[in-house]
Amino acid sequence: MTIATSLEDACCALASHPDALVLAGGTDLMVAVNRGDLPVHHVVAIGRVPELRGWRREGDHVRLGAALTYTDLLQPDLAVLQPALAQAARSVGSPQIRNTGTLGGNVATGSPAGDTIPVLAALDAVLELRSASGTREMRLDEFVTGVKRTALEGGELIEAIRVPVLDGPQEFCKVGTRNAMVISVVSLALVVDRSGRTVRVGLGSVAASPLRATEAEAYIGGHLDWDGGRPPSAEVVDRFTELVVGATSPIDDHRGSARYRRHAVGVLAGRALARAVGAA
Amino acid sequence: MSIDPYALTVNGREHEISEGWPGESLLWVLRERLGLPGSKNACEEGECGSCSVRLDGEIVCSCLVLAASAVGQEITTVEGIAPDGTLSDVQQAFVDAGAVQCGFCTPGLVMAIDVLLDSDTDPDDLTVREAISGNLCRCTGYGRVIEAVNLAAAFRRGETDL
Repeated sequence: MTIATSLEDACCALASHPDALVLAGGTDLMVAVNRGDLPVHHVVAIGRVPELRGWRREGDHVRLGAALTYTDLLQPDLAVLQPALAQAARSVGSPQIRNTGTLGGNVATGSPAGDTIPVLAALDAVLELRSASGTREMRLDEFVTGVKRTALEGGELIEAIRVPVLDGPQEFCKVGTRNAMVISVVSLALVVDRSGRTVRVGLGSVAASPLRATEAEAYIGGHLDWDGGRPPSAEVVDRFTELVVGATSPIDDHRGSARYRRHAVGVLAGRALARAVGAA
Repeated sequence: MSIDPYALTVNGREHEISEGWPGESLLWVLRERLGLPGSKNACEEGECGSCSVRLDGEIVCSCLVLAASAVGQEITTVEGIAPDGTLSDVQQAFVDAGAVQCGFCTPGLVMAIDVLLDSDTDPDDLTVREAISGNLCRCTGYGRVIEAVNLAAAFRRGETDL
């Protein structure tokens, strides 16, 4: 058991125990440990590493330490820069879970239902991975390779996540069986980049790995009244939601059917677009 | 395989944990090694909140805290919020409001409400509901729980006796 107190400390411990479990908030990891699904030998706890707990603005990006908790993401000075991420963090679990669960942990778990995943996908987040032998960068979609499968190597941890600060409204929507303590059945993040004149849509729980609705993005980007600010027509919204639905490949599982997920993701797409740019 | 002994600070007292198993949750250590059964064990996956404790002041599910990772942190359980044999204001408010049915969720709710009232002694209904959203009551007693919160809040504002 190593309780790392610095990034160097964490990397050294992981270098000597490359098969160690990396423990951040524990809200996913401890569930598996409690069930007896995950043998525990060596653990490197990184939740109290100061370098991983901070965030800073770097030009037109924000660099988020991987051990920021969901509660941290709700701080007003950060939430104003990353509103969709704050909305997603707000939808996670309960106060108990938000106080402990971390952004880096959400990514490292690699669940299709991870609440921050569609936001990070929409923002083209870049991950900074760190080990004793150095650092490397990776896009989110390269990192999450399948359901709970990632490209993280033994001895490596997520140090930080970089996301752009965009000029434009952002929305995160999630469907679940209640408001609190719910794993998403479908989730969607929509971010508008006014200066780039693009709309970016990330989708959750409708595919094995992080997903963008690229055709829908291209279509709506070309049909928004960027100069006049008039809301899109009902026909444009319908076509947009159709293209979002078309991007998904959901499955039937205990939380919902594929058919329901396709329906719900269309509803969320229309809702997020209306909230972001208005409805005719 | 046991791990090296370590010390936990629980309710202001330091406890040495020896012959611990590496995956033990804080909840398990509290209940089974330290004889503090106030924090309840139900879901062991962070869903029910019956194991809620304060870790460095914040409300967390102790079932999701790896015990050995909490070295050096201030842990407060329901046993530690009032001197032995007495009730805290929140506990007294639960009694006065009749907010206890089977009682299993009560310690977790008391801890969550204690945290809420430390930062806000005049919470609106939505804030109260949000603060206890991680604590499940299967006797469906939320109405009286919310009455208890309002009572304890009024006490902390100095508007009423308990």
